[in-house]
Amino acid sequence: MSAISNASNAPMSSPESPAGPSPAVARRRRRIVVNSLRVGLLVVIIGGWELATRVGIIDKFFWGQPSGIWAQLVTWATQGTAQGPLWQQIATTLEETVLGFLIGVVLGVFFGVLLGRVQFLADVLGPYIKAANSLPRVTLAPLLAIGLGLGMQSKVALAVILVFFIVFFNAFQGVREVDRHLLANARILGANQRQLTTQVIIPSALTWITASLQTSFSFALVGAVVGEFVGAIQGIGLMIQTAGANFNANGVFAAMVILAVVALVTEALVTALERRLLRWRPSSVSEVTI
Amino acid sequence: MNESSTITDTVRNRTASAIELQDVTKRFLTPSGQAYTAIRDVTLSVAPGEFCAVVGPTGCGKSTTLGLISGLERPSQGSVQVMGQPVQGIDPRIGYVFQSDAVFPWKNVLNNVVTGPLFRGMPKAEALALAHEWIGRVGLTGFERHYPHQLSGGMRKRVALAQTFINQPQILLMDEPFSALDVQTRTLMEDELLSLWSSLGACVVFVTHDLEEAIALADRVCVLTAGLGTVKGIYRIDLPRPRKVEEIRFEPRFVQLYHEIWEDLRNEVILSYERNKQRI
Repeated sequence: MSAISNASNAPMSSPESPAGPSPAVARRRRRIVVNSLRVGLLVVIIGGWELATRVGIIDKFFWGQPSGIWAQLVTWATQGTAQGPLWQQIATTLEETVLGFLIGVVLGVFFGVLLGRVQFLADVLGPYIKAANSLPRVTLAPLLAIGLGLGMQSKVALAVILVFFIVFFNAFQGVREVDRHLLANARILGANQRQLTTQVIIPSALTWITASLQTSFSFALVGAVVGEFVGAIQGIGLMIQTAGANFNANGVFAAMVILAVVALVTEALVTALERRLLRWRPSSVSEVTI
Repeated sequence: MNESSTITDTVRNRTASAIELQDVTKRFLTPSGQAYTAIRDVTLSVAPGEFCAVVGPTGCGKSTTLGLISGLERPSQGSVQVMGQPVQGIDPRIGYVFQSDAVFPWKNVLNNVVTGPLFRGMPKAEALALAHEWIGRVGLTGFERHYPHQLSGGMRKRVALAQTFINQPQILLMDEPFSALDVQTRTLMEDELLSLWSSLGACVVFVTHDLEEAIALADRVCVLTAGLGTVKGIYRIDLPRPRKVEEIRFEPRFVQLYHEIWEDLRNEVILSYERNKQRI
């Protein structure tokens, strides 16, 4: 890969400048409308929920109440949770997720590339991998809790398993889809098998691998949280489990809010990583942002 | 000019030829399990330093021939020799310019050009210096940090040329390298190629479907037949060098050669067209 960190970004398309500022104004107006509708929608849903619980249409004991959720969040933040300070719970879940994600990605890429390159191995192991992939793998959580205990290892292991298969199949497919002209060119230029793998096949398969990173990260989070449901000493999953066991609907929702924030922040980081890895690709003409 | 398909005149320096194909047949297995013969009994020899163009209608096995010479493919029958030795695997003395874009999209221009020397174990500093030199020679100075997608088709072809020429190949295989370019860029690139070639002294096998391009560039034009690729005829192009591609098309001798070869080629093109029509 290139050692240059800051290549100028595609000077191909210059910003269009038609007569008059109308497109810019129209775009700004549209953004204002979209944003105000977004806020409005949130207010209607949260407000409606709050109102419905106060009037009594919805039972706040079972379905929670926005003000109660907020109060719960404040309590956790200021006084800590039943298992200890809030930041510690977040840190625990995050650590499990990130570790599971990293190990899963490394293993997935390694075996994906290996099986993609060695047809014989792919033929031998293919059916088993397909079988393992068709199982709902979260069912392994109790087993892992028994085998690895209630600490962090069992959650990391579950996250690794979930992440591995996604990355594996993408890496495998990516290796299979490498342009044969690029392979032929590299061979003519003098690449040996190792150089072919590291300089052509892996960079080429990176498009596929990075496409799987977003999904993989969400699955790593699922692995960590489900692992904590089954049995844990700390973590957001345990907070949800405890709240649920105590009929604390607000607690469940509050923990979900925390999870959502964690997921959104880390997702942004993964997107940044993705951009960095695929720097060489042409940026799409109009990026759709949701 | 027609030396007939037996090409007896090259036999005299058989030992000296850079590329030697002797009764080569190549069959592929189609996905449906049938054998498909791409070329049959092709005999061809190219002298060191010679520029040989291979023309023929689509699907006549031109690319297959290059694949066999490069060592990417093995012949089903017959022998392929390069520099007097049978081809076994990929020979480092060979350079290959592909029809499609085969530059690495994830490497910038500099890293693309430097690939060959680094693969072959040249120290990095030395390789980079050489790459800068070649980027200059193909006129891409200032674009070292650009990625292929930021370049035009012609510029990408220049990268491909530099990437190949930096390895100083003694045998240069080119598979319709300029077919995707517009006519003006193409003429420029053809001139560029001729000047690079004259400084390198390699022997070239240049596959194309464009007879004009073949005559303008080559010392010899080899016409393949439609369908089962066999050699239909070989023509010596006695136009003086150095040539200017954009001017040579108007020389009387060029026009004469063109007519002569086209008579032969036309029948093959019609045959190939009829066959394709039947297939549909």
